[in-house]
Amino acid sequence: MAKLTIPAEEWMYPGHAACPGCGAALSMRLLLKGLGPRTIASIPACCWTVIATPYPTTALGVNVMDNPIEATGASISGLRAAADALGMKDVTVVGFAGDGGTVDIGLQALSGMLERRTDAIYVMYDNEAYMNTGVQRSGATPEGAWTTTTPVFKQTHGKTEPKKDIMAIVLAHMPAYAATLNPSFPEDFVGKVEKAKTIHGARFFHVYAPCPPGWRYSSEQTIHMGRLATDSGVFPLYEVEDGRYRITRNVARLRPVEEYLKAQGRFDALDAAEVATIQERVQAGWERLKERARAAAPPAPTPPPMAVAAP
Amino acid sequence: MPQKVISGNQAQSYAALLADVQVISAYPITPQTTIVEKLADFVASGELKAQFIKVESEHSALQVCVSASALGARTYTATSSQGLLLMHELMHWASGLRAPIVMGVVNRAVAPPWNIGADHTDTIAQRDTGWVQFYAESNQEVLDTVLQAFRLAEDPAVRLPVMVNEDAFYLSHTYEPVDIPEHAQVERFLPARDARAVLIPGKAMRVGSFTGPDHYVEFRYELAKATAAVLPTLRNVEEDYERITGRSHGGPIATYRAEGADAVLLTMGTASTTARRVVDELRAEGKKVGLAKLRLFRPFPVAECRAVARSVGRLGVVDRSYTFGTGGPAAEEVRAALYDAPDRPSVTSFLAGVGGRDITPKMVRRMFRTLLEGPPTETVWQDLEVETEVTVHG
Repeated sequence: MAKLTIPAEEWMYPGHAACPGCGAALSMRLLLKGLGPRTIASIPACCWTVIATPYPTTALGVNVMDNPIEATGASISGLRAAADALGMKDVTVVGFAGDGGTVDIGLQALSGMLERRTDAIYVMYDNEAYMNTGVQRSGATPEGAWTTTTPVFKQTHGKTEPKKDIMAIVLAHMPAYAATLNPSFPEDFVGKVEKAKTIHGARFFHVYAPCPPGWRYSSEQTIHMGRLATDSGVFPLYEVEDGRYRITRNVARLRPVEEYLKAQGRFDALDAAEVATIQERVQAGWERLKERARAAAPPAPTPPPMAVAAP
Repeated sequence: MPQKVISGNQAQSYAALLADVQVISAYPITPQTTIVEKLADFVASGELKAQFIKVESEHSALQVCVSASALGARTYTATSSQGLLLMHELMHWASGLRAPIVMGVVNRAVAPPWNIGADHTDTIAQRDTGWVQFYAESNQEVLDTVLQAFRLAEDPAVRLPVMVNEDAFYLSHTYEPVDIPEHAQVERFLPARDARAVLIPGKAMRVGSFTGPDHYVEFRYELAKATAAVLPTLRNVEEDYERITGRSHGGPIATYRAEGADAVLLTMGTASTTARRVVDELRAEGKKVGLAKLRLFRPFPVAECRAVARSVGRLGVVDRSYTFGTGGPAAEEVRAALYDAPDRPSVTSFLAGVGGRDITPKMVRRMFRTLLEGPPTETVWQDLEVETEVTVHG
């Protein structure tokens, strides 16, 4: 019989206000399973402001504090400082921010929090655009994606610039721990969260959070979308601890990126040449990651626990 | 009670030390910086057991205080000018979340052009953010008011953030003898922060949240009620402080020889000291003049303002900032406060000391002369190099 590694306890309750198939809602549910009830979360203006439900209700069984969109890094710094000053040793302070609130307007506060080695976890759930305001492009929107501010016309095929590499930015700050998470791989997700909980210092998660209305796919396809993203190399799963890279889902042969792009309406306008360019970039990124993981690997070959071949 | 010769900025630091603040967060800006330098020394030496979060911007500084306050910590920050303007968004968060933060502000001019002199534009621009605002005249008053600010801010009827403002350089970098209370005295006056209305880890709680019109109005109303509780609470706070330290700074408006005067000047901050000397000189010359020092600008002490105005022939209001489109901000407040008063004097608005220009005794004499001899006027810019402009009412 399979051993269940994901805690059964729920800290996110039914009745939340997320859209059906929301990757950000799944991510919060899994995150809190890993962190437990003595979590103090700070949430900026983002989809989760609404998902958590309006006053006087709350969809979360933990402490939640709202903060303005650009200030999550500072808010968790303040919560940590107060917890330390008041002698609360067993609490986990976590920021849960969207991609716009992190890679764009919140980058300064995140950088400050990381540089100060703040003993807190910063989670960026990445739905790759300003979804709460109705799908406007962010620095995390991928090249070629339609958004309401990168519209598709004869001469324009969505966003013209590549996605900002938040993991590279975060890793330049030498955090204690950083990893990517994908709710389509819940054991990997919760395992990394539980690990991060035991580490002190600044920790960061880049979470893949598919958005059915914003990405233009049917809501029952979210888990499928996440699997395609990781197994095509668009969103590899890995962790970086003290600068050492480890791929947590090794994919023997990547699936074509085209499968991933074709599954979402936001990439409809891309032509074959553009798809080929994206495929090249994804392949290069995957090779770079494998190279880093090889460089960091210990001398004795110890296969990562989550290693599986692509179906 | 030890006496030390310290700057206004150090008076802020000593007050924060005596208040046993638990979380400090700040970003450097002239002329505030020496406040937090001193606090950094206190924390590094172990004299003050506090977390000092050295952030990357003033916006983050105030966010750190807001979040730390939400978990129950006593918090302090300090800033000036551009830094305060950058905090503006968080100013609303602090009052809206009912975070009893105390902030020292060294009043400094706002760019452009760059200017680090004394000017109240920075704090006046925050008057609608729901913060309590004090303006101090001396380093002693800075120290005493910061301690009073913590008691006021944390009072269960109030629970609002409070700023204690001091004029750049006239106080911030000027050294005066200051009586520093003993820690035990302050402990009697300011007990540890009331732990109610804060996050409790392990519980399903949310501070902030979002609402539609169904609850938002009530949140605003609660904020208005808390603001209305400031003046009665301040009376108790000042009485307790006087009982313990023997010092009082005279309530929200402190008057000097104002009762029955033909002309009274209302001042904020350090202009009061100069004006008080001129009052004595003019009184010696047989002129019936007086002074009203406005200590509390937000909430505006309407009843106290009317009480001062009742026996006064003419009132002049000295502003160290200008509200474009209306005029001197304190003058506007005074006019609004007196509109429904039965016996109201005429109110003349004087713009003086903007951008760090000295408010001299000569200038104060001229203002009194305008009050005693001239027609009621809307706004008089003092000491203007370009031209002397007098706009006449009606």
